[in-house]
Amino acid sequence: MTIMSPVSRGFQHLRRASAADADRLPPGQHVTEGFPVLSAGPTPHTPLENWTFSVTQDGQVKKSWTWAEFQTLPAETVTADIHCVTRWSKLGTQWRGVAVDTLLGAAGYDAPYVLAFCDGGYTTNLPIGDVTGGNAWVAFDYGGGPLPPEHGGPARLLVPHLYFWRSAKWVRGLELRDHDAPGFWETYGYHMYGDPWKQQRYAGD
Amino acid sequence: METTAVRGRLTWQVATVTSVTPETGSVVTITLDPPDWLGHRAGQHLDVRLTADDGYTAERSYSIASAPGEPVAITVERLEGGEVSPYLTEDLRAGDELELRGPIGGYFVWEPADGGPLILLAGGSGVVPLRAILRHRRRSGSEVPARLLYSARTLPDVIYRGELDQGHDAQVIYTLTRSHPLGWTGHTGRISQALLAEAAWAAEANPLAFICGPTSFVETAAAGLVGLGYRPERVKTERFGATGGR
Repeated sequence: MTIMSPVSRGFQHLRRASAADADRLPPGQHVTEGFPVLSAGPTPHTPLENWTFSVTQDGQVKKSWTWAEFQTLPAETVTADIHCVTRWSKLGTQWRGVAVDTLLGAAGYDAPYVLAFCDGGYTTNLPIGDVTGGNAWVAFDYGGGPLPPEHGGPARLLVPHLYFWRSAKWVRGLELRDHDAPGFWETYGYHMYGDPWKQQRYAGD
Repeated sequence: METTAVRGRLTWQVATVTSVTPETGSVVTITLDPPDWLGHRAGQHLDVRLTADDGYTAERSYSIASAPGEPVAITVERLEGGEVSPYLTEDLRAGDELELRGPIGGYFVWEPADGGPLILLAGGSGVVPLRAILRHRRRSGSEVPARLLYSARTLPDVIYRGELDQGHDAQVIYTLTRSHPLGWTGHTGRISQALLAEAAWAAEANPLAFICGPTSFVETAAAGLVGLGYRPERVKTERFGATGGR
């Protein structure tokens, strides 16, 4: 049910996206030139020599890479618009990372969902189709340099077609799952999918 | 855990503004009377939506400034060049309607049963959800020890100063980053490892930390507490930055 929004007497909008940007901006979003940082706890600092990325299923590690091994995987350059549920969007961000297709292809998979898990305990749940088919990467470079820790370095998931809380910072692996279960923010009332073009911010949107 | 994820939909509702009270030269507290409010927890936020006469809408999130059981209130800082905060701080009047939905968020919240000791670290208007926590502690009769370390530009920029200075058994420590009055004997300068070591509870007490402020403040404070031996899962952060948001 939608209600009629009352006009906010005297409210005038200052921000108008350029015509070119407007087509790329989901509803309720505005363009930021900065790169805001949002996270629920302290920034983890895992030494690269201790870093691994794993694909797991039923508590078993199907495939794991060290940082050095990960760097030998074929990397792709990705330019994408990103959209945060807190309503900022950043257009044309540039990343370099390994396609999740490459990782799951090496590990083998037959599961309808994944749960990304991270240093610091963060998790987020995704349908398998949203991390395969050229939709997602594990990114380690941003803007031509190593991804800074506060933005998720050494590596974060990049799923640009969903709200950016899905692009889990400090990602350490993907758990293949036969059923969907909420991750961190999803447990706290955020949407189980998070399509910015449908404004799926909170549960029930 | 999963029950919170399947709660009902958050619907927009039209609240009546019951008061707009200046806190500082650029900050106001807005109390609201939403028709359908199921209650909130200390630390949660709500979304506000403004609608222009041509149908354009703008939404922002604001931390709830009041304790559970108190009338819903938000405290808003005017951001230069902002789109929503200048309207809320300068144009909005008691009796106006304001569209909102909430409460939102369930991680950056404190309940008496969560214990402490509590260390609350505020950068600027990041004090807002921490004030809700302090009020909730007081109203619930919690005896959990609490300290607030509050970094503000100047003394007149301190929000809720009268209330905070009353103490209510919570110790409040200010640090002023830009300028300070003659004879100021408190701390000055940005938050530092040395100040955290002096102001924060010892890690052995297994403190619970809530940090809210701009990114640089939160990064320094969170890393500093972890450096003092705080368990990362007991350090909860909420950040705002160049989002035009809070």
